Amino acid sequence: MGFTLIYFISNLTKIYVGYFKIFYLLCISKYFYMESKDYLKDISEIKDLMNKSSRFISLSGLSGVLAGVYALIGAAIAYWLVDNSGREYLILDGLVFKLVLLDLFLIALFSAVTGVILTTRKAKKHNAKIWDTTSKRLVINFLIPLVVGGLYILIILNQQKYGQTGALMLLFYGLALVNASKYSIGDIRYLGFIQIILGLICACYPGYGFWLWVLGFGVMHIIYGIWMYFKYDVE
Amino acid sequence: MSIITNINKVFDHRIRLGIMSILMVNEYADFNMLKELLGATDGNLASHTKALEKAEYVVVEKQFIGRKPNTRYATTKLGRAEFKKHIEALEKLINK
Repeated sequence: MGFTLIYFISNLTKIYVGYFKIFYLLCISKYFYMESKDYLKDISEIKDLMNKSSRFISLSGLSGVLAGVYALIGAAIAYWLVDNSGREYLILDGLVFKLVLLDLFLIALFSAVTGVILTTRKAKKHNAKIWDTTSKRLVINFLIPLVVGGLYILIILNQQKYGQTGALMLLFYGLALVNASKYSIGDIRYLGFIQIILGLICACYPGYGFWLWVLGFGVMHIIYGIWMYFKYDVE
Repeated sequence: MSIITNINKVFDHRIRLGIMSILMVNEYADFNMLKELLGATDGNLASHTKALEKAEYVVVEKQFIGRKPNTRYATTKLGRAEFKKHIEALEKLINK
């Protein structure tokens, strides 16, 4: 008799404990269900803030396409100038050489101006500031390899060593892109690698310098610009 | 061991989480930058930075740029470690 009672009571407590367990689990699961939804939002917000605060992402793909087009036009003008000069090669102090330098300068200027205008437009559309910490950091880090490269090219041109000019332009531009990619859309890193590889090939075959330059600054910009345009600009 | 062991109470707010996220990827950030990115009011942001400062997760540097006072923030080693633990705990919770 006593034994059955104890058995009954222990069974009863087991049932109650079972109920409590279910009740407890219900409470907890509801709590975690609601919480985990919030945490998911937290995580995506964290990622968004990390990106927004460290990278300038309003770069316009279209400006890349236009930079490529300017490079092709500029290259065509340079080709025509050299072709009509009556000589096969450039002479460093000649008028043609100065015109080619001017041509190069204009390509860079037009590309930069177009880039700034289109990027400003895109930033305005997204209500982002154009000149803040992220864009300043991007410009500075892009310009460091580029300015060093430009000065170096000018120095060796002054020393009459102009065989590697095309290769050096591609190399330093590629390094500038790789450096800048840490502060902007990560994809431009690969454009940088392409330019560096073209630059190295160009260094091995200086005779094809002109065509590799056209490929790097012209064709690659256009292809990359179109790709970026469809990836980031089209909504 | 409980599932919420590594959830850090100090980070349990949207603004504080935001401040830490920004400081994790930036060497430092000044008050206005944080304000713009987080869309918080001065008072709100100040109270949250103070809480993080008290926990020694961030350090505050006050200086003058020209004549304007400028307050900027950076994470401490402890803050970075705690934030990482917190994020890992969040991820575990979500993957449950």
